[in-house]
Amino acid sequence: MTDASIAGAAPEPKKSSLLVQDARTRKRNAAEARFRMYGLGAVCTGILALVLLLASILSNGLSSFQQTYITLEVALPADKLDKNGNRDRAEMAKVSTFGYQPLIAAAMEQKMTARGISVEGLSAKDAAGLVSKEAPAQLRNFVLANPDVLDTTRTFEFLASGRVDGYYKGRVSMETAQLDKNISPEQLQLADILLEEGTLETRFNWRFFTAPDASGQRPEAAGLGVAILGSFYMMLVVLCLALPIGVATSIYLEEFAPKNRITDLIEVNISNLAAVPSIVFGILGLAIFINFAGLPQSAPIVGGLVLTLMTLPTIIISTRASLKSVPPSIRDAALGVGASKMQSVFHHVLPLAAPGILTGTIIGLAQALGETAPLLLIGMVAFVREYPAAPPEGFFDPASALPVQIYNWTQRSDPAFVERASGAIIVLLAFLLVMNAIAILLRRKFERRW
Amino acid sequence: MPVLWLVIAVLLLAAAGYVAGRQRALTSAGNDPRDLHSLPSYYGSHVFIKTAVPALIAMMLWLLVQPLVIESRISNVIPDTAISADTTRSLVMADVRRVAEGLNLAVNQGAMSAEDAARVRADTTDVRERLGEVGIALGSDVEPYVLQAAQSYRALSAAMSTWMTLFVAALAIAGCAIGLMRTRKDFRARNVVEAAILALLMLASTIAILTTLGIILSMLFETRNFFQQYPWHDFFFGLTWSPSFSGRGGASQLGIVPLLWGTLYISFIALLVAVPIGLFAAIYMSEYASPKARAVAKPLIEILAGIPTIVYGLFALITVGPLLRDYFAQPMGLGESASSVMTAGIVMGIMLIPFVSSLSDDIINAVPQAMRDGSLGLGATQSETIKQVIVPAALPGIVGAILLAASRAIGETMIVVLGAGAAAKLDLNPFEAMTTVTVKIVSQLTGDTDFASAETLVAFALGLTLFVITLGLNVLALYIVRKYREQYE
Repeated sequence: MTDASIAGAAPEPKKSSLLVQDARTRKRNAAEARFRMYGLGAVCTGILALVLLLASILSNGLSSFQQTYITLEVALPADKLDKNGNRDRAEMAKVSTFGYQPLIAAAMEQKMTARGISVEGLSAKDAAGLVSKEAPAQLRNFVLANPDVLDTTRTFEFLASGRVDGYYKGRVSMETAQLDKNISPEQLQLADILLEEGTLETRFNWRFFTAPDASGQRPEAAGLGVAILGSFYMMLVVLCLALPIGVATSIYLEEFAPKNRITDLIEVNISNLAAVPSIVFGILGLAIFINFAGLPQSAPIVGGLVLTLMTLPTIIISTRASLKSVPPSIRDAALGVGASKMQSVFHHVLPLAAPGILTGTIIGLAQALGETAPLLLIGMVAFVREYPAAPPEGFFDPASALPVQIYNWTQRSDPAFVERASGAIIVLLAFLLVMNAIAILLRRKFERRW
Repeated sequence: MPVLWLVIAVLLLAAAGYVAGRQRALTSAGNDPRDLHSLPSYYGSHVFIKTAVPALIAMMLWLLVQPLVIESRISNVIPDTAISADTTRSLVMADVRRVAEGLNLAVNQGAMSAEDAARVRADTTDVRERLGEVGIALGSDVEPYVLQAAQSYRALSAAMSTWMTLFVAALAIAGCAIGLMRTRKDFRARNVVEAAILALLMLASTIAILTTLGIILSMLFETRNFFQQYPWHDFFFGLTWSPSFSGRGGASQLGIVPLLWGTLYISFIALLVAVPIGLFAAIYMSEYASPKARAVAKPLIEILAGIPTIVYGLFALITVGPLLRDYFAQPMGLGESASSVMTAGIVMGIMLIPFVSSLSDDIINAVPQAMRDGSLGLGATQSETIKQVIVPAALPGIVGAILLAASRAIGETMIVVLGAGAAAKLDLNPFEAMTTVTVKIVSQLTGDTDFASAETLVAFALGLTLFVITLGLNVLALYIVRKYREQYE
């Protein structure tokens, strides 16, 4: 009760200094630093994941842009390829690729004897195994296209088989060849000799971008031609449908729609569609476009329609944002000089919003280009070797698509297809990079701050 | 392609109408556009719309209805005796359509004259062989009644096409004439044209509703078919997933529980990866990072969001999967499989990082500065401010972001197709291969599918379940986020 008793019970005043941190402050500061490190760690983890992802894809896939070729002089005897000698294409077509296979073996043998190359325990047939199984077909197509080359000797550049190609890319070694029934160490020795000779060489692989897919036994011949064309057709469909519909929807909702139940319903629908899993759109495509409307499977038109429905929300959201950013004074000025509401929108607001709309459209297209799951359901996984025809018929021809082609290749057993798939991803990412760069440039160049 | 020609003809007429309408309006005003109610081009557009729109709409409707009418007429022609135990009416109709198509082709290629095609009898000619010559391969010999039906099918569709052409042409001409008659200098062409454009805009905006409706109806319809073949309680509560591939036996067990378990397990691991990393990254970037660091780090992390999922799938398949198997699963004796819950979960988590971080970033930035200032002014450190003021204030929004990420994870397909495996299991071991709802939708619906069997139809039931779950999560998340935003605005 007295002053003395309080003074007695009070603890000694702490000797604290501004210059020395007490334990509690140290603890708090340490916690602060730790917390900060967690944050930094999280950001770094994210970036590290990106780097790892890209490094993994690049290290696996860059080699697919290189390809090993073998140059051989092949004699084309008429008595084997055109037995009746009247150069009739229909008759010559009866000689299948099996009839051309011995020619390549003979050419290989001739090359080896001419150069004095011999590898112990290697027959001529085995030596021809260095050449891709695609080679007879290449030879046959050439002969059928130019029947007058018969009885001459021509120089051809053949693809080397996938294993030989893999040997120069580090995928196949002498040890693995020992266990592999598709290639033997002797064959690889021969390949090394041929490489020194200059018969065999590795260079840039244009075929990868233009050739169609190939069967599981000949990964070296597989290319992205049909897939790139199919993806391009789909993007055309998406652009032609999603852009007008998306812009029309946005103009209506942003400029004309009265505030009522129906408008609300549309808005809720659009925001929900943006979050619906992509595979559900595939089910929609299968049920409505293929089963109900009877459109063909694997056709770019169906893929394009499905991707259009998926892209619409993206385009609508960005278009509305850029319409909203046009200041009301522009509309008021147009209305003030006697334009109708419709004229003010189409003559003034829309042109000013165009760069933003374009940016959103490109980003939407980039999303659509990488989408895989819905395309699996509408039959795009089919093995397609024929290029689709020119539009508009080509929209109904079977085709593949870039991401689906990648998926297809991951499902094949030959490890060479992993390289192809990674290479295809590099192509896909390059397309996406270009599209996004264009979008960013457009935004930088035309974006206006009002 | 008569339809294409018809469209071109209608458009040409409409273009002519445009020119004529514009000229007529100008003439009626004595060639002085100032006396017109609207700009001259509106008069032209008015005639164009009157000509083309009703005609083209009528054509589309006709093309939609025509096959239905023909089908119902023809299927009445097929005698009931022809529908035996091993075929159905729709199979016979498919035959009829194929034969009719073959006859058309034969006539087009000149292999058969038009009269021949209409007269040919199955008992006198080998129709199968003659159609085979033009490239239509038939599975069996053509029955007389099929051929008869095919012939009347052809006759009917030819007649209907003629009628359609006449009707559409008449409509276009009438529209053009009415449009031109209306065109006078006092006619309010602009109002009419603008009303038409507005109608077009409204039509476009209903596509969003139609898409949702299409999704729901198509899945509901097929799901109903599925539940007629397979009891619903076995589907929702069955603990085994083992579809038989042999056919329509009752041998299939199609329980959704193992698939849902795989989906939720993988999504859980994905969120376990994505939420801490994404949240801390967002906090660091909005509260600590200098503007320069932010300008570099934020786009880099957002690149992750722009990478297609197939790329993540391949990353899981060729890098993460073997890595986890060789360094974790095998040494610990937990499994031999490269595709596992862990593989898919981790890779999916990486995919979701930018999703969580950019959403949380927005939400943290929306917390008013005054709250930070108040807390810092009372002597709290920055991390204490974040932990005790900002995160609690932003919590509803963050929860919304996590729910959205969860809905993404549940609906994700390619990563799990390539990374999680195909075996439906109820297991706790995260290094074991498991499968998800989306993987099974893909595997049941790719390749040759028979839309009468429960094994195919189950995919629609799975899709509907997936749709309902993700929709529920989205609606909940949007509700929470919206509610929260209103709090500070």
